[in-house]
Amino acid sequence: MRPLSTIESEIEQGVAAADAAESARHLLSLGEEVLEHWMAAKGLKPTSGKAEGFRLLGLHRQSAKGDPSFNACRETCRELVYHYNLVTLEPGHPDAAQRLVMMRLVAAHIYYFVSGKMQTAQLGEFCCSSRDLRLEQAS
Amino acid sequence: MTDNRAEKYKKVAYYPGCALEGSGHAYNRSTKEVGKALGLELEDVKNWNCCGAMEVKNVDPKVQTYLSSRVMSQAVNEMGHSVVMAPCNGCYHNLKKAEYDLKNDEASRQVVNRISSKAGHKTYQAGEIETIHALDWIKHGIGEEGLKSRVKRSLKGMKVANYYGCMYTRPRHIFPEKDKGAGTESTSKPHFMDDLLAAAGADNVDFPLKTACCGGAHTLSDSDMSTKLVLNILKAAEASGANVIATECPTCHTGLEMHQIRAEKKFGVKTNVKILYFTQLLGLALGLTPRTVGVHENVSDSFALLKQQGLA
Repeated sequence: MRPLSTIESEIEQGVAAADAAESARHLLSLGEEVLEHWMAAKGLKPTSGKAEGFRLLGLHRQSAKGDPSFNACRETCRELVYHYNLVTLEPGHPDAAQRLVMMRLVAAHIYYFVSGKMQTAQLGEFCCSSRDLRLEQAS
Repeated sequence: MTDNRAEKYKKVAYYPGCALEGSGHAYNRSTKEVGKALGLELEDVKNWNCCGAMEVKNVDPKVQTYLSSRVMSQAVNEMGHSVVMAPCNGCYHNLKKAEYDLKNDEASRQVVNRISSKAGHKTYQAGEIETIHALDWIKHGIGEEGLKSRVKRSLKGMKVANYYGCMYTRPRHIFPEKDKGAGTESTSKPHFMDDLLAAAGADNVDFPLKTACCGGAHTLSDSDMSTKLVLNILKAAEASGANVIATECPTCHTGLEMHQIRAEKKFGVKTNVKILYFTQLLGLALGLTPRTVGVHENVSDSFALLKQQGLA
């Protein structure tokens, strides 16, 4: 699993992919990676199952089990899927670039929401006991 | 089905909640003024108390259920109302949650019974009153056509990102009236605010973060995270082409305003999108002055934009 900081910078910098559809696929996979972090931090194996045809939504459903406040990002996950559909179904659409901009902001929101929850719960990379290790890696 | 809500919502009990007496005062003022302009009457819930918001809910959710039930008890038993309107998402959510708990959970009923008897007031029984949001009140009390006929200054040119926040539609099970098809509110893509502002002439933009979390709960414990979440919402609104974000919750509104400033100070990122309550925008469309709807009380200074649009 790649560090959250790598995922964050890829989301923030945007994606330099060959075409719009490839960029959308990458952003969707970044969203999945963020939720994988949340599940792993809780000691659970991230599901490979899908909900409504998307692993991201499957991961969201798994993440929200027993943690209803996680549903505060349910619609944001669905927006990511919506934008993925918009871009991949019509990669040559004149608005494709703008749709990717919006998709990147939606992906960023999932990242901020989940990493914020992890910080509050001191999970995963935000666990106090792993702080030394993190600082070492960062230096 | 006969819809008698236009009649039913003409006069409702009004539960402003604590935020509307403080940081959300402009929302309180504009809601009352819009009600007056539309001929909808509000009667403050007598001797109301806190809904239990987050603080009490975190300590003991059943005490929060009691606190919200007492507000409903006051409205129905002391004032004889059948509808209570709460413009704050937190209050609206808590009253709805209390209604659900009292209908479905025996332990909650016991706690509410016990505290109500001890406090010496009539216990609220599930189903005695209907809790609605300010959006329901105007949407069903007046409707888009009724609103259109009363518009004096169109909001045309105002590119609006409608921001509902995460508590207006969540969790779905406490809002049984939503997701019931045409004419009802959607929990996945809410649209009542969009509908009302469009009726007043606004150009709503396609905004993907309308129900996204603003980090309100972390604003004190982890301010940087809240700032990042808000900044992302502001950036998304601007990227959508909006020049104003319309809000319908005092907590979201305050968070957006405060973190817009903090984002500039802390992260050096300036955003220019303005933030106004939807009731302020509707009030302006109905011909009320910016002062009447409390625009001067907002932290986000939108006077230049309103002047430019001929609304001030």
